[in-house]
Amino acid sequence: MNAVALSPAEAGGTSPRLAMLLSPDDRPGYGGYQVAAKDLVEVARVLRDESGYVYLSSVTGVDYLPQGRMEVVYHLYRIEGGGALALHVQVPRESPSVPSLVGVFPGAEFQEREAWDLLGIRFEGHPDLRRILLWDGFAGYPLRKDWTEPYYEEDSKPYASRWPKGDYRRSEDGNPFKGNVKYPPGFVLEGWTEEGDQSLYEALERGAPKSAGLATERLVVNLGPQHPSTHGIFRMAALVEGETILDLKPAMGYLHRNHEKIGERNTFLMNMPFTDRLDYINSLSNNFGYALAVEQLMAIRPPERAEYIRVIMAELARISNHLWAIGFLLNDLGAFFTPALYAIEERELILDVFEATAGSRMMCNYFRFGGVARDFPEGVLERIRDLVIDRLPRKIDELDSYLTQNEIIRARTIGVGLLPAEKAVAFSTAGPVLRASGVGYDIRKAEPYSIYDRFDFEAAVRPNGDTYDRYLIRLDEMRESLRILQQAVRDIPGGEIQFGKPQYQVRVPAGEAYGRVDGPKGELGFYLVSNGKPNPWRYHVRAPSFINLTALSEMCRGNKIADAVIILGSIDIILGEVDR
Amino acid sequence: MYGWEIVKGLGFTLRHMVDTYVEDIRWLGRGRYGTPQGLASRSSKDARGLFTIQYPEEKLPVPEEFRYIPFLVYEEGPGGQRLDRCTSCGICAKVCPPQCIWIVRTTDPKSGRPVPTPAEFYVDVDTCMNCGLCAEYCPFDAIKMDHDYEMASYNRAQTHVFNKERLSKPLSHYAAIRPGNYAQEEAARAEKEARRAAKI
Repeated sequence: MNAVALSPAEAGGTSPRLAMLLSPDDRPGYGGYQVAAKDLVEVARVLRDESGYVYLSSVTGVDYLPQGRMEVVYHLYRIEGGGALALHVQVPRESPSVPSLVGVFPGAEFQEREAWDLLGIRFEGHPDLRRILLWDGFAGYPLRKDWTEPYYEEDSKPYASRWPKGDYRRSEDGNPFKGNVKYPPGFVLEGWTEEGDQSLYEALERGAPKSAGLATERLVVNLGPQHPSTHGIFRMAALVEGETILDLKPAMGYLHRNHEKIGERNTFLMNMPFTDRLDYINSLSNNFGYALAVEQLMAIRPPERAEYIRVIMAELARISNHLWAIGFLLNDLGAFFTPALYAIEERELILDVFEATAGSRMMCNYFRFGGVARDFPEGVLERIRDLVIDRLPRKIDELDSYLTQNEIIRARTIGVGLLPAEKAVAFSTAGPVLRASGVGYDIRKAEPYSIYDRFDFEAAVRPNGDTYDRYLIRLDEMRESLRILQQAVRDIPGGEIQFGKPQYQVRVPAGEAYGRVDGPKGELGFYLVSNGKPNPWRYHVRAPSFINLTALSEMCRGNKIADAVIILGSIDIILGEVDR
Repeated sequence: MYGWEIVKGLGFTLRHMVDTYVEDIRWLGRGRYGTPQGLASRSSKDARGLFTIQYPEEKLPVPEEFRYIPFLVYEEGPGGQRLDRCTSCGICAKVCPPQCIWIVRTTDPKSGRPVPTPAEFYVDVDTCMNCGLCAEYCPFDAIKMDHDYEMASYNRAQTHVFNKERLSKPLSHYAAIRPGNYAQEEAARAEKEARRAAKI
């Protein structure tokens, strides 16, 4: 999981030139390579074309305030599997600027925009370097270490005002909405909406093909932000000619709360319940990814029983997520709520298990570093057995026979929203979206974490890359999850569930770690930088549904406007994670 | 035949509806609704048809581990006085992710030294994220997560900041909502006492 220490020759493959451009990152606790900003594009191109690193998983920045520099971090993978190749590009903090990689890896588009928006790192040559999560009237770059939020108390929790002289005040009383809001210099509040949207519409026009033949009037149609099909507050601006989409740009950030800044104020343990709120359908997968990243830094592993419990809970979460995804895809198709409610019935029984074990149906907060919070209470394992051996296989088959061959579903989804395999990889899509395009990249197979290498299961793959396949793959994945679960409930050993004593203040050695899991929506990664203090120096979430949206324009172009809704539904986004 | 699958799907929906009535008739006189056994059957692996819980007329029993807002446990002394388990050590306030716990430690007015009991204890329940870390890491079993989830009110500013008075609940309440955990903790405590007694 940690960035593998390849020799430059191995990373460089056949290119001796690459060996010169890459210098191993020898800071203690770090892995991968340092690359000079001017060489970045060349290095990326050679790595992609000659060394097989075709999949750019994560792009993010770190503000090293004390050292006076910024760093851009890239994690690249081979699609055949194996560990990450991490590239670090250091730039001066006063004018952070690196060349954009969108030309080599189109999947970098949103991630670079995010780093620009939150850290102020300029990506030279980016085709559409606009803000992505914040609005135009936002002053400053919030993830920079010298930026403070409106209700700022201290750099890190726990705050001194809580104990022993608990000086209780509601934060809004202490800082009423007045001097609270800062605007960037030169910003005029009146009329900002038009200006902000103008850049979006201009970007749409830039990306659209010139019309050939008969000139028809082009029209911008906004779907959302308040729209039942967008699964939350999310907006798609579509440029249409007739009913055909010429280009489409998603606009997001309506639910943005700067999860990462909160994460950097928190101690390591405090982040665990916050991860629940990312993809709130799958709090357990989120816990999993975060626990793996921290455990990597601490160099610990949970005991055997805890590993099994983790896998059981994470796979149950995957099933409940896919039930939800299928149900709501059918909603988007117009089968209003009947299939969705049938699917949710089964999810309900899974949530009962979560509630009995973790204490909450959705905000589970169940994983701990080196284990889980508590063992299964009496009777719960039997309930899980009943579900995964008896009920769920039956119900998934029922759902399959109920929906899969339905003529309307087939007519609406087959061939709609095509994403060919090479594009799916280039756009850094992950999870079911990637695998439905014929790329069998499943982290549980490609770089097995926890104990996934012990189970007999297949990474589900579907060849066509259309909306129908993205529906089918979720059925396949549920069945594979059931296979894993049936083996796990059979083999689960007794014993401890926590490595060492449970601690609320863990010691995390300095260094970086990238922990990733194959979540139900795709690769969920946590990039952490620790400086040995109780709270992380950098806490970054590689959110799968955010990055899967990079491919949305590509999937929608050329389709009818009515299909944009189901294409979005087939990606299965969740706004808690997209906006963070 | 084109459209056959749609008809099949409609049949599936119809069967689901009929199942509900079949179940209702099977349970006739035994109470499928509003009784504990009826509720249990509707959330079992063999549940068929609609199994909606008719909240608030009937409520799904919450499992022991269910957590909502924290409460402070006190024991009752021989004269009925409240003996706080809390020593105001502050671990809960330090571990709280949204930092919604405020504790005022008591100081002895004569010596100025801290006394191990809280003078005041606030939880802003609108900020609380129900994570349960305070209860998990409290070394004195003094703060626990409650089961009461019906707390809507018309005025959050006045009613949703719980003080020590509002937070305190007797040990018997804890024993009633979490019997398993309570028994375990008491056993561990008794064992510790026994060991200490053996040493002396």
